[in-house]
Amino acid sequence: MPTKLGLSAAALLVASFTGQAFAEEVNVYSNRQDFLIKPIIDTFTKETGIDVNVVFLKDGLGERLEREGRLSPADLLLTVDVSRLMDVVDKDLTQAVESEILEESIPAQYRDVDGKWFALTTRARAIYTSKNRIGKREDITYEELADPKYKGKVCTRSGKHPYNVALTASMIDEHGVDYTKTWLQGLKANLAQKPQGGDRDQIKAIKDGVCDYALGNSYYYGVMLSDEEQRETAEAVYINFPNQADRGTHVNISAVALAKHAKNKDAAIKLMEFLASDEAQHLYASANHEYPVKEGVEPSALVKGWGDFAADKRPLVDVAKHAKTAVQLVDEVKFDL
Amino acid sequence: MKRTAWTVSSWVLALLLTLPIMALIYEALLPTEDVFRHLWGSVLPTYISNTFWLVLWVMVFSFLAGVPAAWLMAMCELPSKRWLQWALILPLAMPSYIVAFVYTDLLDFSGPVQGTLRHWFGWQSVSDYYFPAIRSLGGAALVLGLVLFPYVYLLARTAFMEQSMSLVQSSRLLGCTPWQSFKKVSLPLARPAIVVGLSLVAMETLAEFGTVNFFAVNTLTTAVYDTWLGYGSLNAAAKISAIMLLVVMLLLSMERMSRKRQQVFQKHMGQEPHTGYVLTGVTKWSALIFCWGLVALGFLLPFIILCYHALRYFDQAWNSRFFEYSLNSLLLSSLVAGIAIVVALVLGMSHRLTGKTYTQIPKRLASMGYALPGTVLAIGVLVPLTSLDFAINDAALWLGVTEPGLLFTGTMTAIAFGYLVRFGAMAIGSVESSLGKVSPSLDMVTQTMGYSPSAMMMKVHVPLIRKGILAGALLVFIECMKELPAALLLRPFNFQTLATYVYQFVSDEQLELGALPAIVIVLVGLIPLIFLNRSLEQAH
Repeated sequence: MPTKLGLSAAALLVASFTGQAFAEEVNVYSNRQDFLIKPIIDTFTKETGIDVNVVFLKDGLGERLEREGRLSPADLLLTVDVSRLMDVVDKDLTQAVESEILEESIPAQYRDVDGKWFALTTRARAIYTSKNRIGKREDITYEELADPKYKGKVCTRSGKHPYNVALTASMIDEHGVDYTKTWLQGLKANLAQKPQGGDRDQIKAIKDGVCDYALGNSYYYGVMLSDEEQRETAEAVYINFPNQADRGTHVNISAVALAKHAKNKDAAIKLMEFLASDEAQHLYASANHEYPVKEGVEPSALVKGWGDFAADKRPLVDVAKHAKTAVQLVDEVKFDL
Repeated sequence: MKRTAWTVSSWVLALLLTLPIMALIYEALLPTEDVFRHLWGSVLPTYISNTFWLVLWVMVFSFLAGVPAAWLMAMCELPSKRWLQWALILPLAMPSYIVAFVYTDLLDFSGPVQGTLRHWFGWQSVSDYYFPAIRSLGGAALVLGLVLFPYVYLLARTAFMEQSMSLVQSSRLLGCTPWQSFKKVSLPLARPAIVVGLSLVAMETLAEFGTVNFFAVNTLTTAVYDTWLGYGSLNAAAKISAIMLLVVMLLLSMERMSRKRQQVFQKHMGQEPHTGYVLTGVTKWSALIFCWGLVALGFLLPFIILCYHALRYFDQAWNSRFFEYSLNSLLLSSLVAGIAIVVALVLGMSHRLTGKTYTQIPKRLASMGYALPGTVLAIGVLVPLTSLDFAINDAALWLGVTEPGLLFTGTMTAIAFGYLVRFGAMAIGSVESSLGKVSPSLDMVTQTMGYSPSAMMMKVHVPLIRKGILAGALLVFIECMKELPAALLLRPFNFQTLATYVYQFVSDEQLELGALPAIVIVLVGLIPLIFLNRSLEQAH
């Protein structure tokens, strides 16, 4: 039997949870570590007075969002890797945004037709080569890493890591399933050691002489070069952008999307537009040595020093749709075992 | 409280704690795509054998390290024992993924160990010599064994200390050597506790993700993650989890069946003056080297290396929010440890009061969550909590008041509940093995004197099993301090525990920056450890 006291307590409780909505704020679910986005968010808050709350969710962002449904407090989603992004989009957890600013700032290739997601930065899946033993290889391709002449000379992280899955998916899109399976088998046969560690560990393995070639994201090289402790390791390798003679280097993205049940829509769109501004694009990209998507915005000086490269132009949606098949192939050839 | 009330509350608690698992089992039973079949045809057999060997090796290591150390500490006089007996618990305070990182650093090609060897023998490259790879099943088993053996040590030591010395003395008078007396008297008496310790180790290994992932050892747990994230199939992931649960239940029930006929109660709770063996000469030194070696490998060495990293990167890593994160971790862990003990007592006592076999069921049910990988469990937690949140919001809509939003899911409640489900087993196991040694005749006497069950529990059982309660609370506390995957997924906005803070760096391959918060985890974990040891010493 509800008493007066109980009812007023409930009313108080409700008030305490809803009373926070007076100050303008944006709630962000992020795949990206706090320290990478914090400087940008601080600048945004300083300029607009809008508070930004962040939850860093490495895995399971989509699951949590789905379970929370219409009650979800999330306004914005910051994701890395295109297939994880598509997972959220396909589950209908994002909504369309119409914004001239976003459409002008972000090239069509890097955003959804309906405005359900917008890429903010790109990162290249590069091939590192040993400075002493191999030298710079401008002409290198992903395909040739499966050539038997490289037996025992190649390193990579787990085949199931999203970055490798996306690369495999782009191979499927280019060459079809059968070719890609053979390619994976060839690549596995060439591995110097079982897939292990992260991308930086591959660079370290080249320095240690475990292998001569390694797959890795471009930004790790930048991060290592700008860290005093790790610079020496990074300086043992060259970064090469594969497939420059044909389709171009495979790139992956980090992106932003408006959550379907965003409560602070206006403020969230303001933040999205801010993320596409010259200032934020430069900050966001240089915080982690990535490439800004916006035309005319410079990456960090270090990244610029690696020279220009042609990126694979295929729509990223096409890559994402092969992601599950890619994981399946990785399992079939027992790539990680 | 009447007996029925005890039974009812134990069932209610057990069902509450199994809700997340029910949700997962329901998910697993839904019709599946062919993901699962595909996995069977490719990688799952390897995952299963990896898991089997890993669990087995870690258990063997924990037994060989934990039991002798426990017996030495409980029964023998050794120099530095005052320090040693709690130093042996220290490895528990080390998150295993941190230890894994430290040993990788130390033992891989560019690390100091191999570097020195190359320097001595003039080797040049990888192909010149053989050195076992740390990133392997053996390496993972070693690292996990080093951080998990204290479970066995802690529970076995408590059991040895609770043993009545008169039994050991009688066996010696009857002509047993110390070794025979250990084998024939002490070990069988401590068996329930050792088994609980080993099953904790086994379940912890089964659900371990950080270390095996770091060492590229594919187990069922990594398969659960891959299946869920790579194939996007929660259903197939839940199926694999369900298989793991079945295995755990099977193991535990087999063990219990085998122990069914051995019931030993103690008339005295080890309160008589304790005279231990005094070790001398070679025995003394071997014992010392053995125990301190474990402490050095499981705690001191990783800790020193962490300190080295922390100092090198101090300027980058130091930030004023440590205090806040430490407080978060501390509050959360203490809260869960407290609740877990209450739950364990209710479940343990209600079984005791009725004495029927079926009242075991709530205890078993409530312990199941332990074998689940944190991430999967977190999803399981989200299911009932979001349902509850939606029910409240729908009610609010119906009443015409403002919707309160997510009251449970988006708050600390979710993490606390998740931890309770995951680590309740430790408190339950620890309380159970201590309660099992209290003679039922005590209960009869107390009841003939007209005490209610709850008064009896507070006046008789709780004081008698104080050590078991403290050990259980400590285990839960330390686990909560270290727990990562569930906290990552269930975190509210702007909320960090020390572990999630460390992980931000770990996941970005910047472990060096995580060294400082990792040290804080260890130090905060030490506080209750010292406290616990004090109370154990006073009781002895």
